[in-house]
Amino acid sequence: MDIGIYNRRKRTNKIGLTLSMVAMTLGMVVLLWILFILFSKGFAALSGNFFTQSTPAAGSDGGGLANAIVGSLMMVASCTLISTPIGVLAGIFMAEYGDRSKIASITRFVTDIMLSAPSIVIGLFVYAILVAQVKHFSGWAGTMALSLLAVPVILKTTENMLRLVPGTLREAAYALGAPKWKVSFSVILRAAKSGVMTGILLAVARVSGETAPLLFTALNNQFFSTDMNKPMSNLPVVIYQFALSPYDNWVNLAWGGALLITLTVLGLNILARVFFREKS
Amino acid sequence: MTSMSSGIQLTPEMAKIVRNQKMQDFLFHKVTFFFASLVLIVLAGILISLIITSWPALKEFGPGFFFSPEWDVVNQKFGGLTSIYGTLVTATLALLIAVPLSFGIAVFLTEMCPNWLRRPLGTAVELLAAVPSIIYGMFGLFVFAPLFATYVQPFLTDTIGQVPVIGALFQGAPNGIGLLCAALILAFMVVPFITSVMRDVFEIVPPVLKESAYGIGCTTWEVVTRIVLPYTQAGVVGGIMLGLGRALGETMAVTFVIGNAHRIRASLFSPGSSIASTLANEFGEAEPGLHYASLFALGLALFIITFIVLSAAKWMLVRMEKQKGAKS
Repeated sequence: MDIGIYNRRKRTNKIGLTLSMVAMTLGMVVLLWILFILFSKGFAALSGNFFTQSTPAAGSDGGGLANAIVGSLMMVASCTLISTPIGVLAGIFMAEYGDRSKIASITRFVTDIMLSAPSIVIGLFVYAILVAQVKHFSGWAGTMALSLLAVPVILKTTENMLRLVPGTLREAAYALGAPKWKVSFSVILRAAKSGVMTGILLAVARVSGETAPLLFTALNNQFFSTDMNKPMSNLPVVIYQFALSPYDNWVNLAWGGALLITLTVLGLNILARVFFREKS
Repeated sequence: MTSMSSGIQLTPEMAKIVRNQKMQDFLFHKVTFFFASLVLIVLAGILISLIITSWPALKEFGPGFFFSPEWDVVNQKFGGLTSIYGTLVTATLALLIAVPLSFGIAVFLTEMCPNWLRRPLGTAVELLAAVPSIIYGMFGLFVFAPLFATYVQPFLTDTIGQVPVIGALFQGAPNGIGLLCAALILAFMVVPFITSVMRDVFEIVPPVLKESAYGIGCTTWEVVTRIVLPYTQAGVVGGIMLGLGRALGETMAVTFVIGNAHRIRASLFSPGSSIASTLANEFGEAEPGLHYASLFALGLALFIITFIVLSAAKWMLVRMEKQKGAKS
């Protein structure tokens, strides 16, 4: 037996596995590094004013992100209210009628692409069809852009979750004489409830951190405003503008906002996981 | 009522209920169908609105728009080459870095990781994918770029920078921000996406295949490269394409660190711009007219490029799933 080949194979194996381990370590280091920076710089910026005062003028001290937090909450909430029924109903169609429909298979393909389509193009689209027509930026335009990003997420999870419901459950309900819509809503959707909720939570998480589509739609507002017809302040755009500014106070506030957004998004993701695991 | 012809007489009330239910189901079908087709309507809407809005620029500059490096706001001369170049270069470099890393992490998670660690580490990778891209941008600008300029760039210039031909890529002022920095930040961003696809497809390899290979004396590395990888080829390529699609369209992480300059230089240290960063930077100041239309034309180009890449990714992954169905 050639001992040389044997040793070479062992060596290659060791090198390959060591490199894999290095890659894993590197990934973890980056994650921890980002979180560490975020926590140390973000917590320094949090103060009582952070949640109660509006964004300060350029170069001045103090202030907070109250207007941006409220704006973000309002837009994300209305986006959830709009995109949930659309996404869930479309998901029902895909799961219940989708097997024989040509449109459904095309929709499935397009949905998968829209899931990763560049969000900035969605912003351009909403700008072109809404903002440019009414000639002003608005919270509604921002909501629309966010909804366009959320619907594919909800649609896809809903379809997948409904398909997991056993066919016998459907048949049992039909045998009792229930019409299709009743079967869908009262039996299948209810059986897949936690899975569908997971999808909605993931969509909200995805949408809360999006900056690019809001840049051309909701823009920003220096003042506290709850009017969805006006330009609306929101966390991501404020972070973007403040982080790139030369003022220390603004940059600090940006770190605080970044921490807030990351905690929200990660919290929603973990919540979605817990939700799903409890059921299954 | 053909199905009712077995002798049962419907009372008028029963007939009414049946009619109602049929009506409701008909409406239910149409309403859900409408919402499902909204996705297609939006896709068509995006394409049409982008083409209409960018038409003035496309008419003025013709197809040459996509090949001209000139981007001169003052003289109203626009060409998309600098942005397209920046987009392609950063995305390609990011993948060159991210693919081996993701492969390593996926191998570690599926083949080497002790069972009790598998779940927490897998979750950590997925959480990394959920971190908003603007956070990566800030991290890149405030933390990574200064370190990169002080330690990494001088080192690269002194080593690879001295090699003829490819050395030119690693020379120039070490500013930190620039194409290479943007590519690195993008790589951090897409690693979790590619990793989770790779891990998922690695897990569908039938254990019996791997066990047979181990049985004839293969090492772990040989099992991974000669059994797992060939078996999951289509899925792995699909995952990489998915990452490419993400990297091409990423806006915030890139805008912070690419430097935003419309030029093409040999050096990867020099500032550049990507389609998305150009849009994020200039859209606010653009006057209606050629500048505005040119920005939309860039958006159109980005959308079409990512659409093609993502379609290819999807096609690969579907093939993988079919293969899985056929063999199990």
